[in-house]
Amino acid sequence: MSAIAEGLRRVLELDRELWRIVALSLEVSLSAVLLAALVGLPLAALLAVKRFPGRRGVIVMLNALMGLPPVVVGLLVYLLLSRAGPLGELGLLFTPGAMVLAQTILILPIIAALARQALEDAWREYEEQLRSLGAQGVQAALTLLWDARFSLVTAVLAGLGRAAAEVGAVMIVGGNIDGVTRVMTTAIALETSRGDLPLALGLGFVLIAIVLLLNSAAQLIKDAAQRRFG
Amino acid sequence: MSAAILPLTLTNLAYSSNGQPILSGVSLTIEPGPSTIILGANGAGKSVLMRLMHGLLQPTAGTVSWNEPDASSLRRRQAMVFQRPVMLRRSALANVYYALALAGVTAAEREGQALAALDEVGLRHLAHRPARVLSGGEQQRLALARAWALHPEVLFLDEPTANLDPAAVRDIETVIKAFDAAGTKIVMATHNLGQARRLGDEVIYLQAGRVMERAAIDKFFARPGTAEAAAFLKGELPWV
Repeated sequence: MSAIAEGLRRVLELDRELWRIVALSLEVSLSAVLLAALVGLPLAALLAVKRFPGRRGVIVMLNALMGLPPVVVGLLVYLLLSRAGPLGELGLLFTPGAMVLAQTILILPIIAALARQALEDAWREYEEQLRSLGAQGVQAALTLLWDARFSLVTAVLAGLGRAAAEVGAVMIVGGNIDGVTRVMTTAIALETSRGDLPLALGLGFVLIAIVLLLNSAAQLIKDAAQRRFG
Repeated sequence: MSAAILPLTLTNLAYSSNGQPILSGVSLTIEPGPSTIILGANGAGKSVLMRLMHGLLQPTAGTVSWNEPDASSLRRRQAMVFQRPVMLRRSALANVYYALALAGVTAAEREGQALAALDEVGLRHLAHRPARVLSGGEQQRLALARAWALHPEVLFLDEPTANLDPAAVRDIETVIKAFDAAGTKIVMATHNLGQARRLGDEVIYLQAGRVMERAAIDKFFARPGTAEAAAFLKGELPWV
């Protein structure tokens, strides 16, 4: 217990530095969630609504990619962005932008695969009615996305959880540079290796608290909206 | 508007699912005018027949052909109301808007038409209520309003009152009669004989995926032409 109290005291002492780390963590992970949702949700809707050759293959791939190891994603993005790599000219390596890119790739399959399942269940209910009214293709997919919006919250939250919790990808492409690319998870890894366990523990609690807070807020909004719209 | 979409001609229609025949050898002509009741026990193929006519299923064999040769206009000139209405997660009014928008009605005209349709089914006071929190009977009336707004030439109804209480059934039958009075051709599947008599002018009796008999409603109930229909009427009558 005393180690936890000590950790929390040390975390609060960090004040400005800590809040910068927390802010960057949120900025990187929320940007990644936004980008992954922008790509992943429409992709999921098309997979739910459209029947095309190779569809099953895409679904199997997405499901398998949910288990992508963050370090592998980090390595691939590193190669992509390194000076000699195809996107080296952008100069993104060791910037928050590189971390956003890596986390986006990491959580895109999670959001797309979970959303695809939720949307396909909804499609079973809606298909005949929408076809009867004359909705098809993109139009039906958009209707489905909007109507199943409450079940999609869970898929997006799963992506956020993964992004906020991973350390391997942001460590490799961000480099854990103090004041530039240091986020919660890389800070915890660093303090642990330094042997400052109370501080690492304190940071860990802050991270858990933030994730809990975001999830509770999303859940409350979802429940309230669901009660209202049925 | 070009040619009327009716009559609808079914020729040697067959449908099977996973090798299991559900309908076979159905040849019918659906004429404008009299309300047509598709009668039969559960599993006789009523729902599949309606879906083939409405174009939600493709026949395994045979043809479904409308009088209107322009296939692109067929969709918005017919409507279907299902046993379980599927409402979008938005207000009752927005559900009607949605159907009107798909039918190509301009935004300026949608409101008037949608409100008129809600008036017709007695749901105007619930226009801004989320559709999914309405009762089963109200949702079914909203489904009818959604169809009403489209002014379809044909309305398919697949056991529209199967899960409803008697008061709700009365409300819905009133709206169906209004469709008929407004000149919409009614094609309704049911196994409720009382409802068939209240709403129908003619009966198509289906058993095990085949059309056994087609007759005017009074004749069908007084003197069914086949032993199968007679047995069905005898078995079903106690529950009318």
